[in-house]
Amino acid sequence: MAEDRVPTVIADNANIVYRVIAGMAAGQGSPVASFKRIVTRTKSAAIREVHAVKGASFVAYKGEAIGLIGSNGSGKSTLLRAIAGLMPVEPGGNIYAAGQPSLLGVNAALLADLSGERNVILGCLAMGMTPAEVKPKVKEIIEFSGINERGDFSSLPMRTYSSGMGARLRFAIAAAKKHDVLLIDEALATGDAKFRRRSEQRVRELREDAGTVFLVSHSESTIRDTCERTIWLESGVIRADGPTDDVVSEYEDYMRK
Amino acid sequence: MTQTAMAKTDTGESLKDLARRHGLSSSGRLPSLLTYARQLWDYRHFITSYASARVSNSLGTTYLGLFWQVLTPLFNAAVYYVIFGVILNTKSGAGNFIAYLCCGVFIYSFTSASISNGASSIVSNLGLIRALQFPRAALPISVAIVEIRNLVASMSVLIVIVLLTGEPITWQWIFVLPALFLQAVFNMGMAMFFARLVSKVIDIKQLIPFLMRIWMYMSAVLYPVQRFTDHLHGWKLHLIEANPLLVYIELIRYSLLENVELAGPPKLLWVEAIVWAIVVSFIGFVFFWRGEKGYGRG
Repeated sequence: MAEDRVPTVIADNANIVYRVIAGMAAGQGSPVASFKRIVTRTKSAAIREVHAVKGASFVAYKGEAIGLIGSNGSGKSTLLRAIAGLMPVEPGGNIYAAGQPSLLGVNAALLADLSGERNVILGCLAMGMTPAEVKPKVKEIIEFSGINERGDFSSLPMRTYSSGMGARLRFAIAAAKKHDVLLIDEALATGDAKFRRRSEQRVRELREDAGTVFLVSHSESTIRDTCERTIWLESGVIRADGPTDDVVSEYEDYMRK
Repeated sequence: MTQTAMAKTDTGESLKDLARRHGLSSSGRLPSLLTYARQLWDYRHFITSYASARVSNSLGTTYLGLFWQVLTPLFNAAVYYVIFGVILNTKSGAGNFIAYLCCGVFIYSFTSASISNGASSIVSNLGLIRALQFPRAALPISVAIVEIRNLVASMSVLIVIVLLTGEPITWQWIFVLPALFLQAVFNMGMAMFFARLVSKVIDIKQLIPFLMRIWMYMSAVLYPVQRFTDHLHGWKLHLIEANPLLVYIELIRYSLLENVELAGPPKLLWVEAIVWAIVVSFIGFVFFWRGEKGYGRG
């Protein structure tokens, strides 16, 4: 019954536009050209708009795991970032969410010259944990990420890590906390099969605690295993929104063409 | 059967009402000033941790490491003393010129570094901002805290210089603490103000070195303040004397040095110090808060 379900994320005609200062075209870089532009008041051609998400609307309910699929550049990560509050929605639409959604991505930039252990502490504090909560978790996080499997890497600066190690550590940090709305951006693709199994298991656990989980992935097996509902985003527009099997087969047909 | 999402739910109510009914808040809405301040307070551990991390990060690969926190102000003071004190001989009018000069240089550097680093705190941390949700004021504030730590190192150098040049330890030395506290509050406000300004118009970052230079010349750092009182009168003089940086420098000179001629009576200096700290920190904080949801876009 629709009435029993509690919505946790509502997108209402969400439009998301990137405004980019593109690189200077030839002939635009000289001081004379800039001066000319200021004097004649022409808008710098270097600022371009990319309309990443166009009019997306959906309702996500508590207890759902929703997959987000689409070809490259379709706006999936942008939509997740907007739900997390990191990107603004154009006036005229809105995205509503319960509490503060957490974006769990591979891009959590940490300080490269610090040791892995110190980055874990910093990352946990940045997620809002208190030092008392952080202390017992540090060992757990490092173990989960598996960076110490070949020696004591957690005391070495992160710039000495391989890209996989860095990504796994960041995922482990982000997965250490309980979230109301969890947004996962292709974080499960990193690491070997062993780590992937561990992280899928962790996502399942987080999903039991979390109200709602959004998962962006290109791996159809992950989507089928983890999500019962899927939204297909193509060029910023929602093309389908429903049970995973149906949407994924439609998507596969489209991609095969 | 798959279906495209409808703008209305099955019961016909709009999505907006559904959101309101279940108490969902708009993702991009700005929290109230008080809520924001409370959030910042909750993140205080992150702020201090990030401040230490920045210090380690910047000095991480140097050999002397944290020792540079002391060497840098020392070298600064030495250079200025040689040029202005010995070669150009601008000493006239100030008793203990070395100590007078060093007070000026170190206190000026405290504010100057807070502003320069605070200004780039947002634009050089876009990765962190886009990846994690936290009150963004944590960044300029942690920059200001890094500068406070540097200040502690330079103050120890300053005190050694003051003692070596023969100044006695008086009860007035205790005034250093509230004066520095007020300046720290002032610096935080300036850091936040410039952080947002530079994130909006990054060109301003190019102007900041000039601004700080001009400010230094107007603050009687390198020469005695009498140069101003000799040449200017009336409202021009008042304008110069109301300069907050001059006020903070003078307060430190008043606390640590004997026989120093100040730009104004100490009581007036204290009042100006307090007013500047409160006004600038409030304006800076509010200005920064207003732009909270806009950082990291693009």
